[in-house]
Amino acid sequence: MSTPFYVSPQQAMADRAEYARKGIARGRSLVVLQYSDGIVFVGENPSRALHKFSEIYDRIGFAAAGKYNEYENLRIGGVRYADLRGYTYDRDDVTARGLANVYAQTLGTIFSSAGEKPYEVELVVAEVGETPDGDQIYRLPHDGSIVDEHGSVAVGGNAEQISSYLDQRHQDGMTLAEALKLAVQALSRDTNGTQREIPAERLEVAVLDRTRPQSRKFRRIVGPQLSRLLAGGGADLSKDDSDSEEE
Amino acid sequence: MDFLSAHQPELLPGNRQLPPTQGVIEAPHGTTIVAVTFPGGVVLAGDRRATMGNVIAQRDIEKVFPADEYSAVGIAGTAGLAVEMVKLFQLELEHFEKVEGAQLSLEGKANRLSTMIRSNLGMAMQGLAVVPLFAGYDVDRGKGRIFSYDVTGGRSEEHNYAATGSGSIFARGAMKKLFREDLTEDQATMLVVQALYDAADDDSATGGPDVARRIYPIVTVITEDGFRRITEDESSDIARSVLERRLEQPDGPRAALL
Repeated sequence: MSTPFYVSPQQAMADRAEYARKGIARGRSLVVLQYSDGIVFVGENPSRALHKFSEIYDRIGFAAAGKYNEYENLRIGGVRYADLRGYTYDRDDVTARGLANVYAQTLGTIFSSAGEKPYEVELVVAEVGETPDGDQIYRLPHDGSIVDEHGSVAVGGNAEQISSYLDQRHQDGMTLAEALKLAVQALSRDTNGTQREIPAERLEVAVLDRTRPQSRKFRRIVGPQLSRLLAGGGADLSKDDSDSEEE
Repeated sequence: MDFLSAHQPELLPGNRQLPPTQGVIEAPHGTTIVAVTFPGGVVLAGDRRATMGNVIAQRDIEKVFPADEYSAVGIAGTAGLAVEMVKLFQLELEHFEKVEGAQLSLEGKANRLSTMIRSNLGMAMQGLAVVPLFAGYDVDRGKGRIFSYDVTGGRSEEHNYAATGSGSIFARGAMKKLFREDLTEDQATMLVVQALYDAADDDSATGGPDVARRIYPIVTVITEDGFRRITEDESSDIARSVLERRLEQPDGPRAALL
């Protein structure tokens, strides 16, 4: 009988983290920014069927970079958690903090259990408040830690570079068009510093809009509305409310 | 709801064991719900009274709820169970929409409600029935549709107008005489208030517009633009104008004899 090789716990964890980080880095980055009326999610996504952003509950949105099947699994888990909470207690009792905790537990358990491979995902859970001060953004890396973010956050392959770019330029109280343009600029910077063009149809954009009259604040921005925002800026959001949602 | 029944079955109404009871359980009952279609949408409305035996249990109960963006449900029968059923129904539609990324078809929603009513059959046999009326805008066909149910969950699509609850016979009679194919949205909302007035006129369990307490019927409109509940002010304007005409003509508008 052969003796198994001894691998120190430090080395095992470092290997797993390395594996997860590499997996995440293969995917495209996405950014989440606060603007005056809410929180905007922007990412490059050639697929129109596989979303990176999604609604979890009334005020809570979800963004993920990495492996689709793994984060989709987590997303559905999150929707179930939120809906069950809201049904058992009240809609107000579903919070981003609670959800982020559940995700952290799940990711952490998977990361450190020897039987499973770590998830190659990085999540963002955001909750829009009544005022910008009430906004909450949590970033959840692959190992199950939680990072409380303010203003802007980037996840995915090029995250560090993009987030330092955003940190320098993001301001409180930006309009949606300004925030969107900044996000696209940040995403279109390559690792070597050159700019490339991302056409509007390759962008996936969604907002948590606190001015929306319905209790469900999540909305995707697609088609003409997105092009208008990218081009001119001052597009009135409320106008195309009915035809742009539920796509 | 597969997930719920696997994880927390006690939250589902159908899974409850009823203690054996003698006679009928006294619980507040909601009464009349009416719906009428018009080109471009559907109107669903309900009176505000809940009764318990011969007592008025509540004067301002709300019995019409949005199910999702394009549909609404009005409930007659045991108020407590009905409200829970609606809550679960709303949850299910929203959950499906979020997980699948697309809305259920209107038929799909109507069928789901049918199953939920059927799961309440045991309670219904003890006198705690829930009989809703479901109305929605069918995005695929571009028109408003109404579905009515019986106590066993039997579902049938109604054309033009429908009513449920204790005052429904009178409301249906009124709507039969007032309905036209080419109603506008405003006329349709007026029609349902007239029908509810007639129901309240002849059925003691249905509440008419209460001017003194400013309690008026709940009227909701579902069109291509989605669900909208008409405001208190609009509702009171309609109810008041109906009331004013009825001071001169207590039986309401007259249909032609031939």
